[in-house]
Amino acid sequence: MINIEINGQALEVPEGTMLLEAADNAAISIPRFCYHSKLSLAASCRMCLVEVEKMGKPLPACATPVGEGMVVHTRSPKAISAQRAVMEFLLINHPLDCPICDQGGECELQDVAVGFGNDTSEYAEEKRVVVDPDLGSLISTDMNRCIQCTRCVRFGQEIAGQMELGAPGRGEHMHIATYLRGSVSSELSGNVIDLCPVGALTSKPFRFHARSWELTHHDGVSLHDGLGTNLRLDVRRDELMRVVPRENESINECWISDRDRYSYRALKHADRLTQPQIKRNGEWQTVGWDDALTFAAESLQKIAKQHGAEQLGALAGGESTNEEYYLLQKFMRGVGSSNIDYRLKQNDFSDSVSDPSFPSLGQTIAELEKSDSVLLIGSDLRSEMPLIAHRLRKAVRHGRAKISSIASVDVDLHMKSSEQIVVAPGQIANALAAVAKSLTALGATAPAEYASVIDAVETNQQSEAIAKELKEGSATTVMVGAMAYAASDFAQIRQLAAAIAEMSDSKLALLDPAGNAVGATMAGAVSHRGVAGQEIEKAGMDWRAMMASGLKGLILLNTEPELDSADSATALKGLENSGFVVALSAFDSEQMRQSADVMLPIATTFESAGSAVNLEGTWQRFSAAVNPPGEARPAWKILRVMGNLFDINGFEYLSVDDVYTELQTACENIEYRPLSVAKVDSASTTATLQRIVAPSLYHNSGMVRRSDALQATESAAAAHKLRLNSATATKLGVVDEGEVTLSQGALSRNIKMELDESVTDGSFVLAAGTSESMGFGVDGQFEIGKV
Amino acid sequence: MSTKQINPSNLLNTDSLAELDSWIAKYPEGRQMSAVMAGLRIAQDQNGGWISDELIEAVAVYLDMEPIEAYEVATFYSMYERSPVGRHKISICTNISCMLRGSDEVVSHLENRLGIKLGETTEDGRYTLKEVECLGACVNAPMMQVGRSYHENLTPELLDSIIETIESGGSL
Repeated sequence: MINIEINGQALEVPEGTMLLEAADNAAISIPRFCYHSKLSLAASCRMCLVEVEKMGKPLPACATPVGEGMVVHTRSPKAISAQRAVMEFLLINHPLDCPICDQGGECELQDVAVGFGNDTSEYAEEKRVVVDPDLGSLISTDMNRCIQCTRCVRFGQEIAGQMELGAPGRGEHMHIATYLRGSVSSELSGNVIDLCPVGALTSKPFRFHARSWELTHHDGVSLHDGLGTNLRLDVRRDELMRVVPRENESINECWISDRDRYSYRALKHADRLTQPQIKRNGEWQTVGWDDALTFAAESLQKIAKQHGAEQLGALAGGESTNEEYYLLQKFMRGVGSSNIDYRLKQNDFSDSVSDPSFPSLGQTIAELEKSDSVLLIGSDLRSEMPLIAHRLRKAVRHGRAKISSIASVDVDLHMKSSEQIVVAPGQIANALAAVAKSLTALGATAPAEYASVIDAVETNQQSEAIAKELKEGSATTVMVGAMAYAASDFAQIRQLAAAIAEMSDSKLALLDPAGNAVGATMAGAVSHRGVAGQEIEKAGMDWRAMMASGLKGLILLNTEPELDSADSATALKGLENSGFVVALSAFDSEQMRQSADVMLPIATTFESAGSAVNLEGTWQRFSAAVNPPGEARPAWKILRVMGNLFDINGFEYLSVDDVYTELQTACENIEYRPLSVAKVDSASTTATLQRIVAPSLYHNSGMVRRSDALQATESAAAAHKLRLNSATATKLGVVDEGEVTLSQGALSRNIKMELDESVTDGSFVLAAGTSESMGFGVDGQFEIGKV
Repeated sequence: MSTKQINPSNLLNTDSLAELDSWIAKYPEGRQMSAVMAGLRIAQDQNGGWISDELIEAVAVYLDMEPIEAYEVATFYSMYERSPVGRHKISICTNISCMLRGSDEVVSHLENRLGIKLGETTEDGRYTLKEVECLGACVNAPMMQVGRSYHENLTPELLDSIIETIESGGSL
């Protein structure tokens, strides 16, 4: 420890600390612009100049390490005059447009200028003018206001892993720009808005809509992925104006993904359902809640009486709250059916009996930073969980972690990866078996159930390298991602992944693509398990079985199955064959009008109180930030009334807290049971052309799909295209085409095509959740031809 | 970024790539980015004195760095030209020492003689006049740089003789 003195206050700080950090920790404020605790030091703005005794000139506090006996003054005449001078220079080129600047009221430059600047400027010459780059639909630019702190540049290099912004030019001509006027495509790009200390980078959708002092702040939690990102919801007059990060070092640090930042735009989408509606004789009618609920309840009751409760089923989307999942399953099981499932993004249930008690990361999110080695299986992590990818990137940057990937696409993780195995969709299991076999060579024992499968494959250099990394590292993880969940041989992939984890003493992370998958599982919203992961007497049907059998009565909670599931063909067919469909939905759609008989408008997560559990097992509660529009109500309330209408016991909740307490108590002593070994036969495919369902950042849920800002991004546009490599395209005779016809069975559609060499041979990538992929299945025979 | 990847071997010739490799070899493994300045200079020489955006990107791809990083370097240093220049690039220092010793006269003499202003290129593509910051030869100010050679203690007579040497094809 080092003894220093700042402004007469004696401090003891660890060696290597910078003066600015020491001051921050002691609550002594020093102005700064370029310094940010999560970014490398630039020491370029010079705003943090302080006087250090026995030093000739003032020193930048951010880049001056503490030394024994240092005596520092942050408000001495020398320090103040240095700070004043820097402030004057920073303001020379800064326009005086605060009245029309979005940053006004929450501007670091404004605050520091008031605190440390002069009243007037002596500068009377012309100010420089900078051309504003167009960074796309999310970030608005006013580069005249830029003070060249380069936080946004360092963010790209160090956090997003993709340097899209740079600072070309020199001296007064230095400016922030992209290379050759490209836009910014990082999934974390919106964070530069928060980092920018001035109004140079601001939120485009939020622009000119509200002033910071008009906003009230509400705590929120994102359900778009399994991270449970903490949000601050800024509200004005019961309208959600914007979403910004809420700092939580153990979950999202100070970042949020663009998906979490801009999905709120869907709240005002034209598709928003605001009135209960029922279909009578093929005509949609707007009715009151009483009529709608009675109609729904009576019809479902009739089905249960006539055909038995097993003819009722319920599908839930991935982004509902614990309370909603819990009440939905309580209702279904109260009626007498276990046909309930949230796992629409999973396509193979043959090893469901061996499911762990709930999906888990196997460790805390923060622990990922300490990883030595991580094997990603069927995962495009950046599109699935952007901030988990960021944690791994940190592990690579600071700890030199080795990241490997086995998938059907050469995924670009924006970090240095060690081994990338790219194989055909049906070959992932074999590639995993090869890694397992390489592990046996290193002394591990394969599980008996898979000994013959593992023994049958040949090892190769890559499998050996991955096995060595996993075996030798002390903090290693095997991650199973969304592409694996969507695969038709998911069970085998998962079992082999578990075997590799077991054999190499690694943690197994099941990255369930449903946002609140852990909450859904704990709440019992799965067909084969009850509340808190308990075994139940008679398992119901999983979602595929429900859709295949065409139930007489179906409840949809917060889902558009034809877009939410990877297998749109099965979902669409199931909806067509289902009898009476009750949809609890925040959004209306053409498809819903076709398949549903009752539409009950529900609140989104921002409009409803509830809780969620993230992949590390943290329970997080939140309250409603705004009221739902029109007659829309929180889904838990609707389910409660449904329970009452069915006279099911235990639906006398007065508030969402009662539901929470009941579920939480049930889950209190939940003991984590890991995935158990089960023998699954390999599913062999004869298809010559296979589909890879890559996750699309901006199509994974109804809310995200309806955010205008997100849909206008390059990433969203890319998901509407069919991608395949030039070798495959040449073989199919479509290499020069811009558009191709994709056919599967009776369905045929023209889709824009893009050549992408990262896709494995004999396969094509088509994301789920788009109008292009609607109706197409995951496996089976596909054909691609000229339009 | 989804820009189509440039293949450096299509833009940089074998001699350039060999020279660039020799520069990369000077740095520890994994630090190939350190050769960016040499790389841009080599690309500029190959391209007749200026470096196009494609060439900047080619150098960046070859050195496994983001194009914007190479672009930052190319725009920072005044030795890199990002638009075509004349065969003979005349860089005149107008910083304080040279200014006090008469760089204004150097500028006006050459402007008159060549019929172009600072920053312009003669129609025949032979000469470009460029104003530069201190080139570190203050001791013999005023000075200028023609191609790779320094010319100091400039007088109108000396300037004329330099131009005549170039005109007659002699080496400087």
